[in-house]
Amino acid sequence: MAVEVKIPTILRTYTGGAKTVPGEGDNLAALLDDLESRHTGLKNRLVTEDGSLHRFVNVYVNDEDVRFTGSLDTALTDGDAVTILPAVAGGSAEPGTGGSPACGLAGGSPAPGLADPVR
Amino acid sequence: MTRYDSLADAVGGTPLVGLPRLSPRWDAAPGQPAVRLWAKLEDRNPTGSIKDRAALMMIAAAEADGRLTPGCTILEPTSGNTGISLAMIAKLKGYGLICVMPENTSAERRQLLEMFGARIIFSPAAGGSNQAVAMAKQLAAENPEWVMLYQYGNPANAQAHYEGTGPELLADLPTITHFVAGLGTTGTLMGAGRFLREKAPGIQVIAAEPRYGELVYGLRNIDEGFVPELYDDSVLTSRFSVSSYDALRRTRDLVEHEGIFAGISSGAILHAALAAGERALKAGERADVVFIVCDGGWKYLSTGAYSGSLQQSAEKLEGQLWA
Repeated sequence: MAVEVKIPTILRTYTGGAKTVPGEGDNLAALLDDLESRHTGLKNRLVTEDGSLHRFVNVYVNDEDVRFTGSLDTALTDGDAVTILPAVAGGSAEPGTGGSPACGLAGGSPAPGLADPVR
Repeated sequence: MTRYDSLADAVGGTPLVGLPRLSPRWDAAPGQPAVRLWAKLEDRNPTGSIKDRAALMMIAAAEADGRLTPGCTILEPTSGNTGISLAMIAKLKGYGLICVMPENTSAERRQLLEMFGARIIFSPAAGGSNQAVAMAKQLAAENPEWVMLYQYGNPANAQAHYEGTGPELLADLPTITHFVAGLGTTGTLMGAGRFLREKAPGIQVIAAEPRYGELVYGLRNIDEGFVPELYDDSVLTSRFSVSSYDALRRTRDLVEHEGIFAGISSGAILHAALAAGERALKAGERADVVFIVCDGGWKYLSTGAYSGSLQQSAEKLEGQLWA
């Protein structure tokens, strides 16, 4: 399954500065292994030695926190948007700054996981 | 009964109103159960936000355990609403108040705090809420005579919602199936969420968290992250991250379709509530989705949130703490 992964600024040292990177995997664990094969060291920043997500890392698939959808076992399908964010007081910090497409400005379409019933 | 001996006694007891136009399906039909949205209007509290509940309970708890006595000064890290609530109650009870807040919060919040007599210590915008919390903790250590209530870790914050918000919702809407609120200090979700899980088995407790531009925080590495001490993820059933753009869009939907003039974080919460409603609709399940309107829109007029194109407004909001 091909997905797009948004990388926060503080982890872009592992992606050569890239804000988003492509990845593949049937679930989140497989995706992180795939990313690690090209971005060495990234997985260790996200997952602890016991195999759970780092306390100060939040991962979202289509804007939904994976800790409530099966954590690393969360299934992925083609076209999913995976977002990695640091945990902060009062919310989560978004990859990119100043009106980047990551904040939903590009095209104004709703995130795939959040329906848009208002017409 | 709508007569009170003092303004502090008028906290809570807020209205729950239906959203017939924004609900996925307000009226049930044969084989098509209703999927209704309900707004808990917390802007109807005395200072205009849900934070009155936590402020009142935290001060009462500190008085009860003897930490807070007449003439004391309260210290609190706050991006605005909690400070305004504390300032009102501190004024009524004769306490001083010092708020530590990031300098990139809206002008209205600063003016309100000063009007109520609070002293403001600004933390750098680049450090965001994280640095405001860190600075307040340092000030508390250096000034032991100041009493820090610390909303992020004070059980009285969640207790206010366990005893107030939660029971009010269940009494007004015994058929509630979803509760959606904002995730900041986590007090609302932990308190009302725990109560509703005990009394309304099967209820979904859903968090909507604001997603800011990264500059708002100035994080240098993952280990500088912060999770409020009150937070217990076992209380939640799901959690959504909502962008400034989607929060703004829903804030405008609220006023345009239902006449509710709300603050921007309420738009973020509505966004998650609509997602929950749409899922129920697709599954063919009846749903009564309650979401929190945290405050009114008055304090955010200067942010440009309510005029111009959505994209322009979202760009203006970048770099501001809007929840």
